[in-house]
Amino acid sequence: MNSKQMELNTVEVWDGNMANAQALRQAAVDVVAAYPITPSTATVENYASMHANGYVDGEVIMVESEHAAMSGCVGAGAAGGRVATATSSQGLALMIEVLYQASGMRIPVVLCLVNRALAAPLNVNGDHSDLYLTRDSGWVSLDSFSPQEAYDMTLMSFKISEHEKVRLPVISNQDGFMTSHTAQNVRPLSDEVAYNFIGDYKPLNAMLDFSKPVTHGVQTEHDWHFEHKAKQHAALMASKEVVKEVFEEFEKVSGRKYNIVESYGMEDAEVAIVCLGTTYESAILAVDKLKEEGIKAGVVAPRLFRPFPLVEIAQTLQNAKAVACMDRSAPGGTVGALYNEVAGALFNTSARPVLRNLIYGLGGRDMTINELCDIYRDLNKDAKAGKLTGKIQKLTGVRGPELSFYEL
Amino acid sequence: MSKSIKDMGWDELVPGAALFSFEQTVNYNIAEVQPEDRTYAETNSKNAYVGDWRVIKPVWNSEICIDCQNCWIFCPDSSIIARDKEMKGVDYDHCKGCGICVSVCPTNPKSLLMFNETEKNEDALAKWPEKKKKGESNE
Repeated sequence: MNSKQMELNTVEVWDGNMANAQALRQAAVDVVAAYPITPSTATVENYASMHANGYVDGEVIMVESEHAAMSGCVGAGAAGGRVATATSSQGLALMIEVLYQASGMRIPVVLCLVNRALAAPLNVNGDHSDLYLTRDSGWVSLDSFSPQEAYDMTLMSFKISEHEKVRLPVISNQDGFMTSHTAQNVRPLSDEVAYNFIGDYKPLNAMLDFSKPVTHGVQTEHDWHFEHKAKQHAALMASKEVVKEVFEEFEKVSGRKYNIVESYGMEDAEVAIVCLGTTYESAILAVDKLKEEGIKAGVVAPRLFRPFPLVEIAQTLQNAKAVACMDRSAPGGTVGALYNEVAGALFNTSARPVLRNLIYGLGGRDMTINELCDIYRDLNKDAKAGKLTGKIQKLTGVRGPELSFYEL
Repeated sequence: MSKSIKDMGWDELVPGAALFSFEQTVNYNIAEVQPEDRTYAETNSKNAYVGDWRVIKPVWNSEICIDCQNCWIFCPDSSIIARDKEMKGVDYDHCKGCGICVSVCPTNPKSLLMFNETEKNEDALAKWPEKKKKGESNE
């Protein structure tokens, strides 16, 4: 725990970036190497000001690019320190190469990723393009829908990342501007409770342990590469159970309950949408509105994006007749990634609902409750007909004539 | 490590492909222990033969050598064997035949010269050049 503690109120007004910074401070991170980028700038900015005012004992390292920031984290992590960084969009794109190094070398790093669109055209607003960029990098990926959840997820990320069965880096996602710059009431834990929850960091095979010399980042060819990747994949898959455990422990400490798949109204839902991020909270309001109209609507959001909770998604959606998978990322010549994954989850189940793919909200375009209601009404038509009434993919909210693809 | 690495499955590997240099915890000063007395791990590069890259090899002539240790300092692969500041020979298991040791050798004639990999060391030593006069080309 840091030597100087901060007195926090029971309820603080924080935006998502401040929530991240406070979580990093309470975790007593040894090294934060970051190259700030909109909209995650304020995470490091706030943290650096806490460092300047003596609330942080660790180091804030100035680096010359995001690639160097993640490299610094990998180096400090290999040496045996607790490390974290924050980034968005283009910065993450520059980090990608080192993301694979961190997960392959099994170094616990926490990355506070504030989701933003990828250029071109240049755009600083929220969208999940950068989140999708991390899909196969071997990191555990958690999603939060509000500043409170950003704080909780970032805190829990340390515990998950450093767990002996996991020892993998973790991304704590939140939507750019929609949560990162929206100040809301956040109920923080006290410094002591938060630190005791995470616990001291016990490094494994630290390079600074001179009594046990070790080489990190070795070369493996066809002789051992497959086995090492298999071990990494096995640890990533096993991390799902660890995440569940950590969620349960966190509930005991804070009273806030999280599930690896969050859902609302799914008990009797016939039409459902699957989405990530803040859209979940808007959809809850839409679901309430539609229940009054007599449409049995529900919403599902995977809290855990990686490892993907395939079975849990299938179980949650088992009664739905029509489902829309909402991808907030430029489609790149195919259906959205979430559609693919949800389709994969449902293909082996007996009840295969009608699946739509909606591309929405690119570059921070709003998804309003009324628009969500319209989506549910369209889905209801599909559910009544028992088949798709339009094409599979649709770009909703785009200006001009309707844009849709993949007709069956 | 009791089991040979060749018999291990993926689940027995060290996470992150971290490689241990030594068999057990090191409780001595590495700098004071000669490489042959250290307990290297099976996976350490010391135990891997990588000399087959080589097409030409350095041959050492102990009669001319002045033990200046230049070659030992410059060797990029720690393939010059030196003990108590005395040159002992070349580690042909790890030498890649780059020739840096020959180019930094200050004696006249050079006490290390490159020969064809297939040439026997005793034949090479028999062919050693004479001392060069002042003004004569070094090549």
